[in-house]
Amino acid sequence: MSTNSLGSADGNIEPVSEATRAEARAASEGGGHGDHGGHGHGHDDHVHPAPSNFLTRYIFSTDHKIIGIQFLFSGLLFFILGGLLALAVRWQLAWPWSRVPILSTIMEGEWKTGGQMPPEFYNKLFTMHATVMIFFVIIPLLTGAFGNFLIPLMIGARDMAFPKLNMLSYWFMWPAFILMLQSFVVEGGAAEAGWTSYPLLALFRWATPGSLNGQTLWLMSLLFAGVSSMMGSINYITTILMLRAPGMKLFRMPMTVWALFITALLQAFALPVLTSALVMQLLDRTVGTNFFTPVAWSVANQPGPVGGGQTILWQHLFWFYSHPAVYIMILPAMGIVSDVISTFSRKPLFGYKPMVFAIAGIAFLGFIVWGHHMFQSGMNPALGATFMLSTMMIALPSAIKTFNWIGTLWSGSIHFTTPMLFAIGFVSMFVIGGLSGIFMAATPVDMHIHDTYFIVGHIHYVLFGGSTFGIFAAIYYWFPKMFGRMMDERLGKIHFVLTFIFFNGTFFLMHIIGMHGHPRRIATPYEYEFLNRPGIHFMNEFMTVNALLLGASQLIVVYNFVVSLFAGPRASENPWRANTLEWATASPPPHYNFLKIPTVYHAAYEYSVPGVEEDYLPQTRPLPPASQQMVLEPARG
Amino acid sequence: MRYWSLLFLVTAVLVVAAFGVGAFDPSWWLPENVSLHGPLHIGAEVDHLFILILVITGLVFIGTQAALVWTLWRYPREFQPKATYQHGSQRLEVVWTIIPAAILVFIALYQLGAWTDIKFRSAQPKVPPIAEVTARQFQWLIRYPGPDGRIGTPDDLHTINDLHFVKNEPTVIHLKTRDVLHSFFLPAMRIKQDAVPGLTIPVWFDADRAGTYDLVCAELCGWGHYKMRGVVTVHETRRDFEEWASRALEEQNRSQLATIGGTVATASAATADAGGN
Repeated sequence: MSTNSLGSADGNIEPVSEATRAEARAASEGGGHGDHGGHGHGHDDHVHPAPSNFLTRYIFSTDHKIIGIQFLFSGLLFFILGGLLALAVRWQLAWPWSRVPILSTIMEGEWKTGGQMPPEFYNKLFTMHATVMIFFVIIPLLTGAFGNFLIPLMIGARDMAFPKLNMLSYWFMWPAFILMLQSFVVEGGAAEAGWTSYPLLALFRWATPGSLNGQTLWLMSLLFAGVSSMMGSINYITTILMLRAPGMKLFRMPMTVWALFITALLQAFALPVLTSALVMQLLDRTVGTNFFTPVAWSVANQPGPVGGGQTILWQHLFWFYSHPAVYIMILPAMGIVSDVISTFSRKPLFGYKPMVFAIAGIAFLGFIVWGHHMFQSGMNPALGATFMLSTMMIALPSAIKTFNWIGTLWSGSIHFTTPMLFAIGFVSMFVIGGLSGIFMAATPVDMHIHDTYFIVGHIHYVLFGGSTFGIFAAIYYWFPKMFGRMMDERLGKIHFVLTFIFFNGTFFLMHIIGMHGHPRRIATPYEYEFLNRPGIHFMNEFMTVNALLLGASQLIVVYNFVVSLFAGPRASENPWRANTLEWATASPPPHYNFLKIPTVYHAAYEYSVPGVEEDYLPQTRPLPPASQQMVLEPARG
Repeated sequence: MRYWSLLFLVTAVLVVAAFGVGAFDPSWWLPENVSLHGPLHIGAEVDHLFILILVITGLVFIGTQAALVWTLWRYPREFQPKATYQHGSQRLEVVWTIIPAAILVFIALYQLGAWTDIKFRSAQPKVPPIAEVTARQFQWLIRYPGPDGRIGTPDDLHTINDLHFVKNEPTVIHLKTRDVLHSFFLPAMRIKQDAVPGLTIPVWFDADRAGTYDLVCAELCGWGHYKMRGVVTVHETRRDFEEWASRALEEQNRSQLATIGGTVATASAATADAGGN
């Protein structure tokens, strides 16, 4: 096709800039996929040029790729902050009240304790570690960065359905960032009621120093982050439903898109509940409502009895969002891992439809399991029994997914690239995170392990061994598409090995120490006689040493990322020889993604198709006639 | 590079082995359990379920990791240059849906009885509460009935962080909080219950061995959460308990009188002082 068609018949379009023409030409030269004309593509002529102004092109951009990269960079920066907070937590647990390197020196004047960490500071550390990691790192990286970057490319769209809303969703994160960072320096310091912010600890200014001012900023910050996610999710749902390329039926979409789609639905339905809960707590804190304060509640030195609310209400509202949020944090990673494993096994994804149904099942069940966080909360135990049953059942779709991943690897032709290693690491570690969940689903067992390190181990196997490994797989896999350069494979593999080993060293013993009764959120366990034992000391120190090494290992990926960004070898259009649509355009893709909207002929996973010379078959190329039959009847395979 | 599979193999082996260390060092295992043979034996039920689930999940873990490791060993590109073109198997999907579903339903139903025994109100032992436990930042305020046998009267015995009860007797406490959420956790009896503002929650447990055990606050309650430790003393016989209670009550009454006397003395001294000036 000629560059003239970019100009469009549409009268209201700005003139095509020289830069766009050059980009488009480059894309069509590198493309090689324009060889299957003959279908209508009237709508794909609707193309705006890339803005030439630096500010509108890279900062206030409406381009989903730039917005995705913005989410990526801010997410990775907060990853560093969240990681450092975690290391300080670990230091205190291994060597309680000793000087923390660097941190004690910085904080000496503030603490006035001779470098010893005050216990309320410890509470701030784990509160902010979890808050930053969940709301500023994992969710924005998976849905914000990869959701934004990948959805239009993978479904063959030029951009999101609502590009301005998309831009707004990123810029709504900034008030959230600033408020959260500001909370560290207000009087009383950052919030310290845990990332769950249970009232009344979070409500009353007298309850703990972090509830003086920090908690208010925490609530406001999360309101902004929530609105940002909400805007993103509306955009993703609309885009996926409305802007798919010709031939891209729902059941031809890659798993990553399916996962992001269902994640967006989860966000859209769960976030309003969190938003209202945050507003209620904010009102309780600032204007004197009593949503969460029980009847006639009077505490020493407070004005007369107040109340009329219910403390447990917060837990219901909070977990009604935050349990689905756990799936918001894992489903996109599952989608990513499915794509990566299929690509590097050179084999179709095993059980594509069961995989889709499993994700949908997890999402549905995810809404009716929130009470399993509250078995010991004073909620009616009969209700606990119901939540126990739904929680047991949610393990099922996760199990199905795991078996299908192994089924995909089985009899594949496995290429051990860095993204593949992280994806396999995900499968291996997610099994641990999934199985340990069954312990706490069993209500009597939960009575013992609730609020212990067993839970901390479990969530880290899901959110680090799962989500974070998925994020690393995605970074190594799509870096060439994002930046047009390859990352270093050798450094990537070293990074994987060290991360995998030290990750297990850091988190596995949490199960052991937790089953022994080691509570979470505790500045030192050694006040308790049953924990002040050499074995517990050893495990805490072992985990901390591993955590420090795990942190240090991440310097490798930082180095690899930065150096590859500027000096990595140029990436070709499709360096991994993958099938999905994002690989059918230049690396990095031109401003409007595709020179011509591609036509899709089959699902994303046609690898090693008999009768095809190469071991992959892009979605833009039709299947050879012989194999048509097999694709139509996949389940009989 | 089939050797990648070894990394996953070694990890899986070490993970399983970590549960074996408990045989040599008890701090690598569940804590001491003193609720095994008592009338309620909650601890026995909890530990039985824990170990049952550990065995089931352990077998599933070993199975999946073995399949994964074997696959990574057998199918690297050097040994399998061309992947099998295969989209799935309906039969396998059915098998690996139904078997885990059956196992999960089994676990769910199997443990339901224990949960009703332990926490349902209908299971509450028909005994008067031994004490009212009120949590506050960062203490356990414990109030025993005095000679009149009722809690909430002026003759009550008050202790701080000091809970006493009797071996092999079903014991009920009434749990309250005075400020924020706390959680009443007896690791040795496998009992945990949050203390919720505005609610009085009955909690029951027992112990089959006399001794002292830790009472842990398991719900974040502020800066001093880590030091909110109580001590539980289990007495050999009811008589031992009553002896302790009456001694403690005597002590309390004496010290109260002493305090009042002390205050009076100080006050009169102050008056005398003022008069001197």
